[in-house]
Amino acid sequence: MRYIWLIPLLPGLGALVNGVVGIRAFSRKASGLLACATMTVALGLSLVAFWQLLALPSDARAYDAVIAQWIPKIPLATHDGFAALEVPWGFRLDPLSGMMLLVVTGIGLLIHVYSTAYMADEPRGGVARFFCYLNLFCFFMLMLVLGNNFLVMFVGWEGVGLCSYLLIGYWYEKKSASDAGKKAFITNRIGDWGFVLGVFFVYYTFGTFDFRAVQNAAGAMPVETAHFGVLSAICLLLFVGAAGKSAQIPLYVWLPDAMEGPTPVSALIHAATMVTAGVYMVGRNAVLFSHAPMVMEIVAIVGVLTALMAASIGLVQYDIKRVLAYSTVSQLGYMFTAMGVGAFAAGTFHLMTHAFFKALLFLGSGSVIHAMAGEQDMRHMGGLKKYQPVTFATMMIGTLAIAGIPPLAGFFSKDEILFRAFLANKAVWVIAVMTAFMTAFYMFRLMSMTFFGDYRGPAWETTGHGAAAVAAAHGVKHPADPHAHGRAQGPDHEVSHGPAEPHAKTGDDDQGHGHAHGAWHGPHESPTPMTLPLQALAVGAIIAGFVGIPAALGGGNTIEKFLEPSFAAEQVEARGSTRSTSSGQAGSPRADANAARPELVEGRAEEHETAHVSTGVEIGLMAFSVLVAVVGISLAYKFYVTSPEISARLADRWAGAHRLLLNKYYVDELYNGTIIAGTMASARKLWTFDRNVVDGAVNGTSWLTVISSWFSGLTDRTVVDGLVNFVGWIVQEGSLLFRRLQTGLVQNYALLMLFGIFAFVSIYLLVR
Amino acid sequence: MITPVHYMLLSAALFIIGVVGVLVRKNIIIIFMSIELILNAVNINLVAFSAQLQNVVGQVFAVFVIAVAAAEAAVGLGIILAFYRNKETINIDEMNLMRS
Repeated sequence: MRYIWLIPLLPGLGALVNGVVGIRAFSRKASGLLACATMTVALGLSLVAFWQLLALPSDARAYDAVIAQWIPKIPLATHDGFAALEVPWGFRLDPLSGMMLLVVTGIGLLIHVYSTAYMADEPRGGVARFFCYLNLFCFFMLMLVLGNNFLVMFVGWEGVGLCSYLLIGYWYEKKSASDAGKKAFITNRIGDWGFVLGVFFVYYTFGTFDFRAVQNAAGAMPVETAHFGVLSAICLLLFVGAAGKSAQIPLYVWLPDAMEGPTPVSALIHAATMVTAGVYMVGRNAVLFSHAPMVMEIVAIVGVLTALMAASIGLVQYDIKRVLAYSTVSQLGYMFTAMGVGAFAAGTFHLMTHAFFKALLFLGSGSVIHAMAGEQDMRHMGGLKKYQPVTFATMMIGTLAIAGIPPLAGFFSKDEILFRAFLANKAVWVIAVMTAFMTAFYMFRLMSMTFFGDYRGPAWETTGHGAAAVAAAHGVKHPADPHAHGRAQGPDHEVSHGPAEPHAKTGDDDQGHGHAHGAWHGPHESPTPMTLPLQALAVGAIIAGFVGIPAALGGGNTIEKFLEPSFAAEQVEARGSTRSTSSGQAGSPRADANAARPELVEGRAEEHETAHVSTGVEIGLMAFSVLVAVVGISLAYKFYVTSPEISARLADRWAGAHRLLLNKYYVDELYNGTIIAGTMASARKLWTFDRNVVDGAVNGTSWLTVISSWFSGLTDRTVVDGLVNFVGWIVQEGSLLFRRLQTGLVQNYALLMLFGIFAFVSIYLLVR
Repeated sequence: MITPVHYMLLSAALFIIGVVGVLVRKNIIIIFMSIELILNAVNINLVAFSAQLQNVVGQVFAVFVIAVAAAEAAVGLGIILAFYRNKETINIDEMNLMRS
């Protein structure tokens, strides 16, 4: 545990070496090996640290490691006088960060391994660059997770944003990829604005950045039930940051576009780890949030609306990664719903299980895309089950997990959230159940379109001239191929956004997949470095939920008990306030029961009663949600496998709604039309102002200078030079006369003398 | 009866002839001769007034003038000779070494 500071540092070192030396010198294999090795050691250290953490008594599970002083003491004004601003590079290992640590290093390592195969076709320097970014991401993510104060977390927070930008724009020659990177970065900036304001506010209020100190101080403050006080303001600002990072309404638009990055990146950053940073941050500040019930309500509403909206968009998308992206947004919405209803442990639990199955699904989709030579449109897939058995099996496990089929991981975490939502707010619960239904439906739709049915992709070289393959590829009617025909006749929304245009689609196919006819030999199972992480994650998706079996099913809900200390103020210092913390979590009897705090004895009987009453309800709810999931799955199977014409007919019947969903509620267009257009217009106005007024002033000054200098030059030439020349002229002209006299002839001089004498004598005579 | 006025008219006439000779003639020998005329015009005046005023100083002065004129002529002729040896001319127009 003493070496936890090494955990972030190792990937950082890997990134440094790969970035400085690797891009020029390393082979593909060497850079991949280096990156994987650093992650392996980091995972080993994390496991050891976690083991040691578990060995501690449950109320003392925390370890602080300060590796260096960052900001020395500076007096700074706060709410009550002056405090010393002092920030150490401090890392804290407690149950929450320990769990995140394992998720980040574990899934990070698997994805590094996966990437060695997935990126094998990239140029040599590109692979090293990729692993440099990926390692750098892990470095910042681990710093974010381990940081024991807001500023260290903020460094990681911004760092993962940077790496996300770099990795989304990894194929930077592609305009859409670099645009998506910019979009992600700028959208995150808006969130970070809120986050950093929240951090400032935290310091102003509490005079410290340390998480533990802030939680303890906040725990001692009254719960702001009736008014929107300082804690509410802090929490709202922090939630703005969380919404940016974790893609919640209204800042979720960047995440679907982030799918432009390589698939391992989508899996690691945009599904398993970075996007959950917002959830993690809310969990870190659980005491703050539970003291601001109004903000909690906002969090819950935003979360559940995001979940519903993203899930509904996911119903109709055709890009396999986009479906998963909207699924991620939706699941993040779930996590925030959990946070919002006070179920911090359930939200964090879902974070962990989601990390497993969503990383699995993304890597599976990467495997499919790899097999299809870059094809991402599910309409051109189908029937891949027989080509990719391992991918199919693992993805099926992930799908069942996310749909919430017991006993896979997603079931426990999702049901926990649904149950807590049910206790807190029935409306939230209804929306969440609808979302669960949609989740099951769109995930199974994805599976059906990809793995079931008949192959609809482009033909390949060896059998490419077979009649069936060609016919299937081009959507031409073939007697033995009724499903392909049905699909081909279906609406082609990606292309036309309108009713069916089968001929246009045929043309697109010919152009769009011409490149694949070269060296591509049809869909195939991915190499071992790709399937191995899939299998490992599938195991994770199966067993990860077992740490959180709820009491109603005879489990101990281990993870909730384990995480509980991270979400509460320290009991010793905040004894008086713990009551208010728990009472702030309205309708969360089990949290209180599990917390088993000695000072709550007088209230326990009543709470036990509530818990017992709700056990039956809980089992009923579980059965209901499983039923919903099964219905979603079977509907999807019916729509997309057994009778695919139904889905086309439905899409035609509700063409308006379908178009609305397909265009993602036109939110991008709305943002383009309002915020972006407004920004552009005001920028243009400012530019005009700049050009006319500011530049005008500068140019005017220069004009004045030019004119005055012209006048000055004129004066110089005429007056000053004139005077000098005039003197010269006078001398020259005067000398002309005298030069005449200087003939050198004696007689002239004598004559002049004579005239002179004559003149003098005449004057003398006349004057006298 | 010859009065001082006549002497002075003669002397003035001689003086003017001398001056004109100095100014207009090119030959330096003739210029010297004109200078002699001027000196002698002065001598006439000196002797005339000496006789008129019954004072011998004027006559003595005239003798001095003749002596100085002789010396001057000697020096002048020497210069002319030297000049002639250099320039092979005694034309006064060409005696302009002072002119740049």
